[in-house]
Formats: sequence, C-alpha cells, structure tokens
Amino acid sequence: MNAIEVRGLVRKFGELTAVKDVTFDVRQGEIFGFLGPNGAGKTTTINILCTLLKPTSGQATVNGFDVIRQRNQVRQSIGLVFQDPSLDEYLTAQENLKFHAFAYNVPDTEQRIEEVLKLVELWERRRNQVRTFSGGMKRRLEIARGLLHHPKVLFLDEPTLGLDPQTRGSIWQHLLEMQKEEAVTIFLTTHYMDEAEHCDRIAIIDYGSIVALDTPEILKAQVGGDIITLEVRDTEAASRELVERYHISPRVDNGLIQFEVEQGSRFIPDFVRGFAQDIRAVSLRSPTLDDVFLKLTGRAIREEEGDSKDMMRTHMRAWRGGRQ
Amino acid sequence: MSMALRGIYIIWYRELLRFVRERSRIVATMAMPLLFLVIFGAGLKNSMGPLAPGVDFLQFMYPGIIAMSVLMTSFMGGMSVVWDREFGFLKEVLVAPLSRSGVALGKTLGGATVAMIQGILLLVLAPIVGADLTPLLVLKLVPLMLLLAVTVSAFGILIASRIQSMQAFPMVMQVVVFPLIFLSGVFFPVNNVPVWLEVLAKINPVTYGVDATRHLFLTLDNGLRVSLFGHTMGTLEDVAIVLAFGAVAVIAAVWSFEKQG
Repeated sequence: MNAIEVRGLVRKFGELTAVKDVTFDVRQGEIFGFLGPNGAGKTTTINILCTLLKPTSGQATVNGFDVIRQRNQVRQSIGLVFQDPSLDEYLTAQENLKFHAFAYNVPDTEQRIEEVLKLVELWERRRNQVRTFSGGMKRRLEIARGLLHHPKVLFLDEPTLGLDPQTRGSIWQHLLEMQKEEAVTIFLTTHYMDEAEHCDRIAIIDYGSIVALDTPEILKAQVGGDIITLEVRDTEAASRELVERYHISPRVDNGLIQFEVEQGSRFIPDFVRGFAQDIRAVSLRSPTLDDVFLKLTGRAIREEEGDSKDMMRTHMRAWRGGRQ
Repeated sequence: MSMALRGIYIIWYRELLRFVRERSRIVATMAMPLLFLVIFGAGLKNSMGPLAPGVDFLQFMYPGIIAMSVLMTSFMGGMSVVWDREFGFLKEVLVAPLSRSGVALGKTLGGATVAMIQGILLLVLAPIVGADLTPLLVLKLVPLMLLLAVTVSAFGILIASRIQSMQAFPMVMQVVVFPLIFLSGVFFPVNNVPVWLEVLAKINPVTYGVDATRHLFLTLDNGLRVSLFGHTMGTLEDVAIVLAFGAVAVIAAVWSFEKQG
C-alpha cells in the first residue's frame, strides 16, 4: 500500500481552479516534495489530503483511509506542520504538546513529550511560553508536535518559509534525523529549489497541474547536460552563430546567453577557440532544479514569487474556501 | 474517553490555562465593573436617593454589574474563536481527531467557567456596597452565573463563526455587546421608561438574567422588578427564559461551528 494515493483530484474556488486533475502516489517511507511557485496549488492539495478542505472531484487516500469518508482515521494517522504558525503562544512548549497528546490520545504522554522535545533540542525550554521563542524554535516545536502521536505520514507545508538560511539548514538537519528515527513518510511543499534536493522524489506543480514527477537526479538529467552561460559583446550575433554553426537554441536572459550541452567541460576549450564572436566570460555548471522548472514551464520559479501579501491572500482564500 | 468528551475537556482545560496565564486579561475584565461601580455608584448614589426603602442606587446596580461582568467575559470567551483563527491555533484544533461539537461545547464551557470565576471574584465587593452575602445566596448565585455565562458564551461563538477577522471586533462590541448591556436593566429599572426602550429591553434575554441576579440579592417591590405583559416575573420564571435562550444559543453555536472547515 502506498502512503498516499491521489486520483484525478480537482479543487475549484469559484471561477479559479486551484488543483486540476492531479494524480500521484507517495510511497511509504519516502520524502516526497511538491515543488512549485506560490499559488500553484500546493497548499490546496495539502489541505485536501489532511481533510481541511473537500475536493471538488477526484479521490485521495492517506494510509489507506479516504480523505472524505474517513476523516478521523486520516487525522489520527497524520502529522501536520502548517505554513503559518499554529501554536498557542501563551502556553508553554510542554503545554502545547500536552494539548496535542490529549487530543490525539497518545499513550505514555510524558515520556513521548520528552522524546520529541529532545529530538528538536527544545527540552531545556519546555517550561517557557512559546511567545518567547524565535521563528526557528517555533517551527521546531511544531515539527515535534506533528510527530508526537506517531503519525505514519508527516505533512509539511513550506516548513522553512520565512526562516533565515542558517535556521533552514538546521530545520532540515532535524527533519532528516527524525525521518530516520521515526521511519515516517514525509510529504512537503516548497518553492525553494535547494530544499527539494533533499527529497527522494519530486512532483513539479504549475498552475494546478503536475508537469513532472521523478527523482531530482532524473529530473535534472532531463535538462540535457551541463549549463553554459556566455557573456558576449554582441548577444544577437552570438545567438545567431550558435544556431547556425552549433545547432544549439540558446536563451537570452539579462544580457547573458544560456544553453545546455552534454559534457560541457570537454565542449568549452574547442568552442572558445573556434567561436567567431567576442567572448567576455564563460561559465559552466551542472543543472539544478531551477533549470528543470525553467525548461518545463518556460519561466524561472523565482520570477513567480509573489510578495508576502499575495501569498497571504492566496492562503487565506484557500483556507476560507474550506468553511463554505 | 469518547471523541466528543475528549474535545470538551481539552478545550475547556486550555481556556482555563490561558485565563491563569493572561493576568492582564483578568485585571482588564475586573477593572471595568469596578469603574462602573465606583464612578456611577459614587456619582449617582446621592443625587438619586434610595430607589426603594433600604435600597440605594449602588445596591441596585451591584447585582447588575456582576451580571454585566459575567456577560462581557463569557462573550469574549466565545469570541476568542476569532483570535484562535487569526493566530493559527484553530487549525491545530480543527485537524485533530476531535468532534467539532465537542470542541464547540468545550469552548462554550471554558468561556463560561472563566466568566463564572470572574463573577465570583466580584462578590468580594459585596460588603463594600452593603450587600448581604450569605452562603445560601452564593449557592444560588453560582449556577445562575454559569447559566448566563453559557448562554452568552455560545452566542459569542455564533457571532465569531459569522465574522471573518479581528477587524470586525470593535463593531461587534458597539452593535451587539453594548446594546445588550445597556438595554438589560443593569443601570436603571426597565419599567418606567419610554415604550420603545421597554420593548427592546424585554426582548433582550440578558434582562432576565440581570433581574434574576438582582432578586437573589434584594427584596424588591414590583416597581423595580421586570414585568412581562403585566405579569411580574419571579426568579424561576426569569431563569426559565434564560435557559430557553441558552438552549437555542448552544444548539446554534454547535451547528455553526460544525459547519466550518
């Protein structure tokens, strides 16, 4: 049995179709990433899978339970870390966890709370009110809480959104460690490419549809070799020469020419010697998921990032939609 | 323990825990009734003279102020659903394997318990205003306060599930809470007033809660007691009316809370 099975999932908010006929499986024990720009439908999908939102059509099961008909079984078997904080800031770390333990009927509460708090290194701060915590500490506490009731699947919606790079790194360290210790399946959404690299498999989602689904390595291999970036005096002439002489179709972005070739490091020496145009700089790098996204959608994911207000609006809309 | 009971208990417990945590909230909700008592009481006591033999304005107002305090606190308790939603904690609650009706009832009872405690705290002032506090009186007062609190707390939840954000909160206070208080006979007897005011006061369920509370403290003649269609209300009749409104409010609150998410 797969941890998550989704078939033909659709969710509409009025005129807007946030999720368009999405189908995928998440295997047990893997880290599965939903990667896409803001507003692509990631949070909507997660909200449907964790029973906060009903799909317009289609089916989904989590741990074998139907997300519409067996909501309570689904809820008992999953852990959740939301995009926005969902802690009671006036309670202590320990009290927040006690609330959760009671709500989920966790046996041996005290011992389990100690376990998860130590896992995220917050045991020393257990008696402090959450409002005194930093953003990273709150996020760690939420991860601990998400794990408290031994869920089989842990959902993380943009787990490191709004955190500084150093804290993001440490959150990931905790996540990977915990995944090993607790043998839990992780489903996460992100719009950070480097974060998606941690996943076993990634679904790239754009405008509510999955445009690719595979391991990061295979996805990157699809790009077709290494990425070469050229800085030249005359971009137009250089582009023309690339098309005519090398049968390469380059992209021009910000005055820089970019194209992919196989075995780039062997390609460059001859190329630089033989190229008729004036080259100012040349660089070579391996493809990243950014390149995959660019190749699949024709846009860079970064350009798609809305400001935080936009995101808030999308999020609020998704959330309110559920209470109709 | 069943899912419903678990929901009721844990939500109720959290409300109490928060009450203990937020001492500023306790001070704030105690300050207002105190201000009313001290300023209105001192300001109007002498110029108004006794309202009935042996009943001065302060003694008349004091039971009403207790009822008002219970009302304010329990309404805020119910309305705190809006806070929970705004600060995200509601999501943690809604996605937990708890029954929605249990959560709504827990919230109602939690807000009501806090309000009842607040009402009991105000009894400390009884000797100062010259009210005669007997154990029997307290024994009758506590369940009455709880009944009023449950009614209003459920009403708060009902309103909270209809408004989208905290921005609407001042409006709710102006349009809902203040009218409920001012038109409830806390500050003046609702019999010798213009007809429109009398009608409004008498369709306000809080009026009967205030009247019942006052009956427990004072022996009043007919002029100061609420009458309905020429019939002077007895304490139990008052209680029956509040109970009826309370039942409707609780059912409506549970229903509207279940509908969300």
